[in-house]
Amino acid sequence: MLTIKNLHAQINGKEILRGIDLNIRAGEVHAIMGPNGSGKSTLAQLLAGREGYQVSAGSVDYLGRDLLAMMPEERAREGVFLAFQYPVEIPGVSNALFLKTSLNSIRKHHGLTELDAMDFLHLLRDKMKLVGMDESFLSRAVNEGFSGGEKKRNEILQLAVLEPRLAILDETDSGLDIDALKLIADGINGMRNPERAIVLVTHYQRLLNYIVPDVVHVLSQGRIVKSGGAELALELEQHGYGWVEAEYAARNAAQER
Amino acid sequence: MNLQQDSRQNIEPEHVPLPGHDVPWVVRARQSAFERFAAHGFPTRREEEWKYTDVSAIGKRASLKPAPPDPTSDAAALILFRDSGHLMVFVDGHYSGELSAAGELPAGVRLASLADMLNEAADLPEAFFDQLHEHTIFAALNNAFATGGAVLNLAPGTVLDAPVYLLFIASGQGAAIYPRNIVIAGEGASATVIEHYLGVIDAHNFTDVVTQISLGAGAQLQHCKLVQEGSGAFHVAGIHAEQAADSRFVSHSFVLGGRLTRNDITSSLNEPGCLCTLNGLYLLDGKQHVDHHTRIDHIAPSGISREYYRGIMNGESRGVFNGKLLVHPGAVKTDAHQANHNLLLSRQACVDTKPQLEILADDVKCTHGATVGQLNDDSLFYLRSRGVDAALARSLLIYGFANDIIEKVGVPDLRARIRHLVLERLPQGGQIKVML
Amino acid sequence: MDGQAKKRLEVNMTTVTRQLDELIGREYRDGFYTTLATDALPRGLNEDIIRMISARKNEPEFMLEWRLKAYRHWLTMTEPQWANLHHPVIDYQNICYYSAPKSEKDGPRSLSEIDPELLRTYQKLGIPLNEQETLAGVAVDAVFDSVSVATTFKAKLAELGIIFCSFSEAVQLHPDLVRQYLGSVVPYTDNFFATLNSAVFSDGSFCYIPPGVRCPMELSTYFRINAKNTGQFERTLIIADKDAYVSYLEGCTAPMRDENQLHAAVVELIALQGARIKYATVQNWYPGDREGRGGIYNFVTKRGDCRGANSHISWTQVETGSAITWKYPSVILRGDNSVGEFYSVALTNHYQQADTGTKMIHIGRNTRSTVLSKGISAGHGQNSYRGLIKVLPGAENARNYTQCDSLLLGDQCGAHTFPYIEVKNPSARVEHEASTSRIGEEQLFYCTQRGIAPEDAVSMIINGFCKAVFQELPMEFAVEAQKLLGVSLEGSTG
Repeated sequence: MLTIKNLHAQINGKEILRGIDLNIRAGEVHAIMGPNGSGKSTLAQLLAGREGYQVSAGSVDYLGRDLLAMMPEERAREGVFLAFQYPVEIPGVSNALFLKTSLNSIRKHHGLTELDAMDFLHLLRDKMKLVGMDESFLSRAVNEGFSGGEKKRNEILQLAVLEPRLAILDETDSGLDIDALKLIADGINGMRNPERAIVLVTHYQRLLNYIVPDVVHVLSQGRIVKSGGAELALELEQHGYGWVEAEYAARNAAQER
Repeated sequence: MNLQQDSRQNIEPEHVPLPGHDVPWVVRARQSAFERFAAHGFPTRREEEWKYTDVSAIGKRASLKPAPPDPTSDAAALILFRDSGHLMVFVDGHYSGELSAAGELPAGVRLASLADMLNEAADLPEAFFDQLHEHTIFAALNNAFATGGAVLNLAPGTVLDAPVYLLFIASGQGAAIYPRNIVIAGEGASATVIEHYLGVIDAHNFTDVVTQISLGAGAQLQHCKLVQEGSGAFHVAGIHAEQAADSRFVSHSFVLGGRLTRNDITSSLNEPGCLCTLNGLYLLDGKQHVDHHTRIDHIAPSGISREYYRGIMNGESRGVFNGKLLVHPGAVKTDAHQANHNLLLSRQACVDTKPQLEILADDVKCTHGATVGQLNDDSLFYLRSRGVDAALARSLLIYGFANDIIEKVGVPDLRARIRHLVLERLPQGGQIKVML
Repeated sequence: MDGQAKKRLEVNMTTVTRQLDELIGREYRDGFYTTLATDALPRGLNEDIIRMISARKNEPEFMLEWRLKAYRHWLTMTEPQWANLHHPVIDYQNICYYSAPKSEKDGPRSLSEIDPELLRTYQKLGIPLNEQETLAGVAVDAVFDSVSVATTFKAKLAELGIIFCSFSEAVQLHPDLVRQYLGSVVPYTDNFFATLNSAVFSDGSFCYIPPGVRCPMELSTYFRINAKNTGQFERTLIIADKDAYVSYLEGCTAPMRDENQLHAAVVELIALQGARIKYATVQNWYPGDREGRGGIYNFVTKRGDCRGANSHISWTQVETGSAITWKYPSVILRGDNSVGEFYSVALTNHYQQADTGTKMIHIGRNTRSTVLSKGISAGHGQNSYRGLIKVLPGAENARNYTQCDSLLLGDQCGAHTFPYIEVKNPSARVEHEASTSRIGEEQLFYCTQRGIAPEDAVSMIINGFCKAVFQELPMEFAVEAQKLLGVSLEGSTG
């Protein structure tokens, strides 16, 4: 579904991603882990089409199309969803209006009829139950005055409503207490299916106790230094990132020789 | 600028038939107000209060002579809420009994036409025509020529649930319109008043309106004003409130139409425990010029004031905001906050803003903020990452920016109406409208 | 808070108020005056006086012409009334426009020729003019009443091509530079006080930093008004050529006298491409006594011109003195990517009045400005911030951030904020924030609950309030500024 080859990217001339290779198939759940500043969030935002990154080399293929050539809204309509690490507040625009505008933009793109108010409300009510949100949430402005946990839940609600093909969750677990974490994990697990790929970008192993990934990648200094199964996350939890980086350096040195 | 002798001859109050022309005090009050206006003339940009607004075009292009009543005018089609509320319609500043529908009023509530009261020599208006109430020279001009308007008098404890809806229609004669409204809320009384100015023509007609508000202890008034004048119209207005202990005054000012609009909105928190909220939104295009001058006087302790004004400037328009906040000696425990935010959307549009604090008491909490800028890039990206195209995302953010102010209006019908008016002005507003 | 605690706090607040009074209400430290033989012109102003000033200074013809043009223009002007200031009418004919210490005929050629009484005066003020004793890395130009009496480290600076001398000397030795730049930022028609200054200014400092040179030491001017009934009208001109850098300090004091004295200075800064000028002032003119008698009327025009691309001008001021302060150090952001900054602490106590702020005029593309103003009002003091942020149509991506905070100490004083924002470019972002408060009971309670004495807590809070501005001052000045505010450094750490 998503094939990233030798991706290099910079912000203001500073190289953040230094050759990423990644292959994600439908139905899989990938976890991308790594220390602070390793480039995890850059990768996530770049895939969603955020401006301000210069891609200096490499390619990203998404369902046979050049993802990097697509506008952010095109990517979204083609099924790429990013759950933001810091969801944006939009004063004056209610959650209901926001989601309806978003959903109908995507439906229109796929030649589906736009949902009317009744159908939309019906759909939304079901999904809101999933993430434990009550009705009053609909009339509140997007993320405005939301607690950290509410913002994250709102991202998961959007995920559930928009039903993307590829969901990238950027540190969705950060700042959550254990109950909220479980709730969100349930929401995400509920979204797993053979048609959909999920990428979890996370700093901690904690989330992976509830969502078991198929593949775990370790990102360090803009490169994937190790990939493995779910057990890799546990090793990282116990031993930190140092040893993976050391191992990678040693391997590289050996190759050069 | 003093008035030229010849133009003066033409418009002196004694030469124009006006309500109360048989009542000695009315005639005296009009004459002396006119003298004050004639001596001073229109303000110039050299005066600090008019630094950003040039009103000389009013004198050049519009007539100052009050429009005569026109019984043939058919303005009925413009009425917003026919079924709910207490409707009074004024055509070119003259009360139209036929178009109005004041409905049932609870005991203790009086809603009358000012012209009738002046003709009857009622005592009440006299106190409101004195010089102390003249905040600007335009108020003097209004004193000289006021033709009509509403007088709402609420006895202590009376509660008026449905809004009083005052519709002022500029019908097309191009003559000047001088409405004068008076709202008196006795102790603990409460009401909502809507002033709606609607221009159906593009002529350079001039409206000069004054609304005076007096709130007794614990009284509550929500005042909403919507300016939708014609594209050539000049609109100059004063809304002036006096607040007694624990009263609450909420003012909303929306300006969507008109060539030049100047609103002076003031409130004086004369006794302890008052709450005053001033909200405003201006959405401008073309060569529109809108100037809000607000002033909140904290005279007594423990007053709270909140002020939120927003402007959206497109085309070659200019938005001016001057928010004065005065905390007088002794007005301790004042809690005041003021914010003016502006979106500049085009190359030729401009913004002048001056939030101003003058504080003469020490135990106070006063803050203000003002910004001028564009739509937030993060918000645009967030929307686009959810599949919304850039143009629609932009409209949606502008709508959100405006809606923050619209939401504060406590009259659902009016709120909805203003929302629609705003959406009509946005490029992708139609798409948003169907989703509301 | 329970009743007991509240009562305790009230007691504390009383202590605090008293303490504060002592802190900020201290007697003026530099109020002595020096008895010297002086050469003064008669009081009053006319063309003859101006000719005499020019002749005393042996000026070239162009200078006299310029002065006379200014004087004739001044006659057509009226004193501005828009500021939030109140003072008796100033009689401009009752002021002496030129007073100089009578030393050797042509003025001192070296420090050894300076009247020892004068040297002692500066010693007393903590401004040693002996190069061996001066603060390391600070070159000083001292201006006593109307004339410059000494400039230190001249020779050392000259090795780098830096010109640092009195204005009079610059007129004699570098007339072309003076002619090119004088009045190019503040024209002689600019405003009532600047025009008066242009006509009668007697001396001041001149500084030129050649291309690519980073001035290795702080340059400093020290102004002292001594003579009675004398106005001081100095003029400072600083030019930083391409990629040059200079940091400049200015200090001022005056004796305690019951009459008001006029000070109307002009400072012009010119930053060419890539140049940077930092200008800091600690203004401690005599503020008048507790009843508001006497003190300096300080009407000053300071303006910087970021003439070249990537240039940078910052103003930092600590205004604690003067009966009246009227002063708006401004930056014209002409060059693309240029940066303007204004950092200010203004304290008004007793009957002092200050109307001060800045103007940032954005003309070039990507220009940025920052304004940080801290006003403290005590006693019957009135403190006004008046600022203008103007973004012209061509100033693509202009940015401004303004923060102005006021602190009120007592219920007889006032704080006023008059920010003007005028934006004519849709890509500009301008943000203004202001707040007014007194020292919060919560803040004090929090401190006292942690065992800090109320007076220390107040010091700490005031110091914290001004910290962001003090950080912009060179070390020695920061210390001086804190002392002036009566804020001890103890308690501010940890």
